[in-house]
Amino acid sequence: MKILVVDDEPDVRILFEQRFRREIRSGEFGFSFAYSGEEALTFLRDHPSEVVLILSDINMPGMSGLELLRHVKSDPLPPPPPRVMMLTAYGDEATHQQALQLGADDFLTKPVDFAALRTKLHAIETA
Amino acid sequence: MDDGTVLMGSPVAILLVWWGRRVLDTRTRLPEWDRWLDRLWVPGALIFALGLFSRNPANWLDDVYFLVVLAIGMAVSWQLRAYRPARTVALGLAPYVVASGIEDVIGKVAPTFLRRYHDSFDLVTVLAVTWLITFLFIARNQRKALAAELLLRQQAADEQQRIEAQNQDLEHLVHQRTASLARQTNELRATLTELKETQTQLIQREKMASLGELTAGIAHEIQNPLNFVSNFSEVSAELLDELAEERARPTRDLALEAELLADLKQNLQRITQHGGRASGIVRGMLEHSRASTGERAPTDLNQLADEYLRLAYHGLRAKDKSFNAELKTDFAAALPPAQVISGDVGRVLLNLFTNAFYAVQKRQQMGEPGYAPTVGVATRRVGSAVEIKVTDNGTGIPAHLMERIFQPFFTTKPTGEGTGLGLSLSHDIITQGHGGTLRVESQEGQGTTFIITLPA
Repeated sequence: MKILVVDDEPDVRILFEQRFRREIRSGEFGFSFAYSGEEALTFLRDHPSEVVLILSDINMPGMSGLELLRHVKSDPLPPPPPRVMMLTAYGDEATHQQALQLGADDFLTKPVDFAALRTKLHAIETA
Repeated sequence: MDDGTVLMGSPVAILLVWWGRRVLDTRTRLPEWDRWLDRLWVPGALIFALGLFSRNPANWLDDVYFLVVLAIGMAVSWQLRAYRPARTVALGLAPYVVASGIEDVIGKVAPTFLRRYHDSFDLVTVLAVTWLITFLFIARNQRKALAAELLLRQQAADEQQRIEAQNQDLEHLVHQRTASLARQTNELRATLTELKETQTQLIQREKMASLGELTAGIAHEIQNPLNFVSNFSEVSAELLDELAEERARPTRDLALEAELLADLKQNLQRITQHGGRASGIVRGMLEHSRASTGERAPTDLNQLADEYLRLAYHGLRAKDKSFNAELKTDFAAALPPAQVISGDVGRVLLNLFTNAFYAVQKRQQMGEPGYAPTVGVATRRVGSAVEIKVTDNGTGIPAHLMERIFQPFFTTKPTGEGTGLGLSLSHDIITQGHGGTLRVESQEGQGTTFIITLPA
């Protein structure tokens, strides 16, 4: 399962690669990383129909995660449209609602509970 | 004196007494004597009456009476010798008294001699009488002059009293006025103290307000590194579990174990790094909230500007999630550290950034198609000074408001949204606190640039 992780913090990559090292080694998950919303969109265009799931931060300089969400849900991209899960420090209800309204499939607050995330990812995979 | 049909001495004496009393003012000056002088006319009158019936004893009595009166006159004058008119009267009487006396004595002792030379005696008498009358007139004038002088002195004394009374009144008024002025001064002083206290409170409130703006941004900023600390700790524990598993295998994969150990070391380094980030942010926040007794220290302005730019951005985003703007940084490479109070300059930058974000947000809300809100900060060296430019493409400042933006309490924000002290405090910090300059260039509807210059 190809997953695109979008976050402006470079250490996020290291974290994911270590946390999911078994799944990466076994080929169960494949992670790609983008450090901005624009980069993410470029990646999606360059690798059409590959990404199944996008895990995106909300608070980024330039295009915010919610902007990216809107683009992903409305821009004409080759099907199937990837799921989008928001990862964010802003755990308030208003942000949650806004994300859901824009079409987010899930909403996770930081610090990321990787065990729960792993469970969700497995669930998506087997679905 | 002479044989006439009617005695002359007594009436004249009585007249003289009456006039003498007036001239010498014996009523006030010798009141006890005056009472007797008042009755002195009685013997005279009796003698005169007697003279009308029988000549002989009356003549002699008449002469005696006259001389007695003159003697009394001398005595009175002597009593009042301090009073100049009295001296004059005495001087006037003296020749006549002496002449009469001598004439009478000679008349008794050597009457023939008297008769032989009675023309001469008469002449002397006339002269003496003339002398007496003249001196009585002089005495009268002297008395008038003295009375006039007394009147003037009295008037002067009255005037003096009047002036004294006026002076007292004035002094009283002055006293009152001074008291009321002293009261006013105290009131003003109290008001001044109150105003100074209020000013301090307002400045503190402004600092609190800007601190509040920071809080949301800071909370987010701290959360990030702390997340990494906990995440990397957790994943390191997992790696250790995996390492233990590998070491328990019969055939060990040494390359994998080495990789795991290397990853572990890196993780711990990252934990240290992120921990340091968090403490740095806390330290920055503490500096900001501390009262500005800070001392100058060499500060990396690029780092300071970058930190506060992001803080301001997050602060605004925390309030309005839909807001975003492009952040452009243009930091001069190898910018030397500047001697500044980093907390204060940070506050200034925060204020300028917050204003910039507010301006671009306002412009974004106007719904211009294709508008890309941008806030930028640039640093560069200018001679021995450092220049920091904060630019935005927001709503801009109208020309007629440009002079007022640095005034205390001036704000274009709606009530409750701004204290109006931000720019005025920033201006003071830069100009008075650091000897630099803070300028603004702006185009209404286009954008604004604030330029800070700090001496090295």
